[in-house]
Amino acid sequence: MPFRSLRARGVPCPCLLTVVVALCLCPFPVVAQDTIPTGVRVGLTYDPSTRPGVFVTAVAGELGDSVRAILARDLDFSDRLTVVSADAGSPPSGRFNYELYTKLGASAIVQASVTRQGSLHVAVHDVAAKRVLNVADFAFNGAAPLSPGWRMAVHRASDEVERWITSTRGIAATRIAFVRDQRLWLVDSDGANLTPVGVGGIALSPAWHPTARYLAYASMADDGTHIVVRDLQTGQSRRMPRLGGSNITPVFSPDGGTLVYSAGDDGTDLYAVSAFGGGDAPRRVTFGRGSPTSSPTFSPDGRKLAYISGRLGHPEVYITDADGTNAELLTEAPSGDRPYRSFPDWSPDGRTVAFTSQEGPNYQVMVISMRDRRIKQLTGDARNEDPSWAPDSRHVVFTSTRSGAKQLWVLDTESGRTRQLTRGAGVARMAAWSPRLEQP
Amino acid sequence: MHARIRTLALAALALSAVTTTACKKKPVVVPVPTPVVTPPFNQDSANAAEAARRAAAEAAAKAAAEKAAAEAAARMAAAVAAAKAQFATPVYFDYDMSNIRDDQRATLEAKLPIFAANPDMRIRVAGHTDNRGSDEYNLALGQRRAAEVKQYLIARGIAADRIDVVSFGEERPAVALDNEDAWGKNRRGEFEIIAGANPFKLPR
Repeated sequence: MPFRSLRARGVPCPCLLTVVVALCLCPFPVVAQDTIPTGVRVGLTYDPSTRPGVFVTAVAGELGDSVRAILARDLDFSDRLTVVSADAGSPPSGRFNYELYTKLGASAIVQASVTRQGSLHVAVHDVAAKRVLNVADFAFNGAAPLSPGWRMAVHRASDEVERWITSTRGIAATRIAFVRDQRLWLVDSDGANLTPVGVGGIALSPAWHPTARYLAYASMADDGTHIVVRDLQTGQSRRMPRLGGSNITPVFSPDGGTLVYSAGDDGTDLYAVSAFGGGDAPRRVTFGRGSPTSSPTFSPDGRKLAYISGRLGHPEVYITDADGTNAELLTEAPSGDRPYRSFPDWSPDGRTVAFTSQEGPNYQVMVISMRDRRIKQLTGDARNEDPSWAPDSRHVVFTSTRSGAKQLWVLDTESGRTRQLTRGAGVARMAAWSPRLEQP
Repeated sequence: MHARIRTLALAALALSAVTTTACKKKPVVVPVPTPVVTPPFNQDSANAAEAARRAAAEAAAKAAAEKAAAEAAARMAAAVAAAKAQFATPVYFDYDMSNIRDDQRATLEAKLPIFAANPDMRIRVAGHTDNRGSDEYNLALGQRRAAEVKQYLIARGIAADRIDVVSFGEERPAVALDNEDAWGKNRRGEFEIIAGANPFKLPR
């Protein structure tokens, strides 16, 4: 692991300061300020002492600037790397002057080119070792330049680069499903490619299938709400069995075979049904005795569920074994308090559950550790709610009013850095971060 | 004999009278009386006239009746509209609560006679919430509120199968504002007649 030492060393050399000054002039998008003070931030660089510096070289050709901008932005949004932002110059040729990159504060160089065969060729150099660390080609699969598919190919390259350098795969090649003005929308992890999902009527609570091919959601009409599973490849939709009362807040099991959602005439309870027909009859999971229950989320091993129940008279997060046994209160309220906790989302690594908690007049995003049940508050500015974990179990997307109307924001739970994901008219909410989108 | 003499005498008298008159005045042309043409009697015309007269009378009576009926219908429509409005009056809830408030019972009680007058009537109760709290939990809470309304009506003798319940959570606010007043108006149960009340019968 050549980069472990780089990360450990980490103290920026004096010449990095000049680079930092140059950052203000860089062409990259302005990054939103986070709300949790975590030290000095200058421009794009975030706490450079703990993240390996990466330099993305100029990319030749008509699409070169776009490729470089997308790669650099993805690596920046990873929050694991510091994108060294200096003048790209011209595409490198011949032998690399590694000493120069060391002076710039770069531990790694990302060198990309668009091949004649229609793919993106990427090489990553280990600056300290003065050699190429890894090389790979990422197929555009015939996608038109700058089209969503083309951009996704570049995102896949970014994620692999991040894996080569940090040993953790990135989350650029993902999308976020959400609700704007009671319709379903999709947006890429970098905020590009905002696309409506063409479903009629009021659609709420999107949830991803583990393959990312299907979206389940709640469809609301005058006579009630039912669950729909939509195939994003074919555009076909299928209504799930209508259980009593409102059918709301669906979630797929991690194996993709089961859909759990909330239903019931009196109160609501969770029911597990076969996601693609056949299988057993709907199976009741919770027994709330007429209280409201909603918003289930699976542990990554599929053995447990967290959900909201109002059985104590106010909403709290509970967990239960997926078969309905061993239900217990997860977010225990201080006595005398009448709190309001909601919208749990179990992290893909299983270690924490993010949720929303009322704090004073507002709502904030919290995480609870599944090891010691310690709760940590992640947000503190304006109203923040409905967190959904990225596949890296480090970033969350959530709804915030910090810029006015509800918009989606992305938070790095390690550093506290945030960025705004959605802009424009309308209220954005109920975000669901997709799994990593594999090669189509 | 007597009879003959009397006749002659009368004739003489008449003659003298005529002569006397004629002597006193200028001769007058006796006016030719305008001939009164008596039309030939036409039964058809008579019938037509009679029919017209009768039709006019009937039309007047009908118009009066129609006017009265229209007025009655308008009164009835107003009464029906009032009763329907009475039926549609929402019940309101406290924040994060689903129990029927004491001050909302009268609103529910007032709906009972309408159920009685329209025994085939089926309704839909829709639970709504304000926009505080979780959007998703509010869908569940709205369901719970609608269910509480249904339970109240069942306890007052309304058959369960006459009442559907749905929730719209915070998705269909009555007042799209962010203040206490709007929140209070949005935390509600709404009533919609979905079948069996056409025509709508007023409670006695």
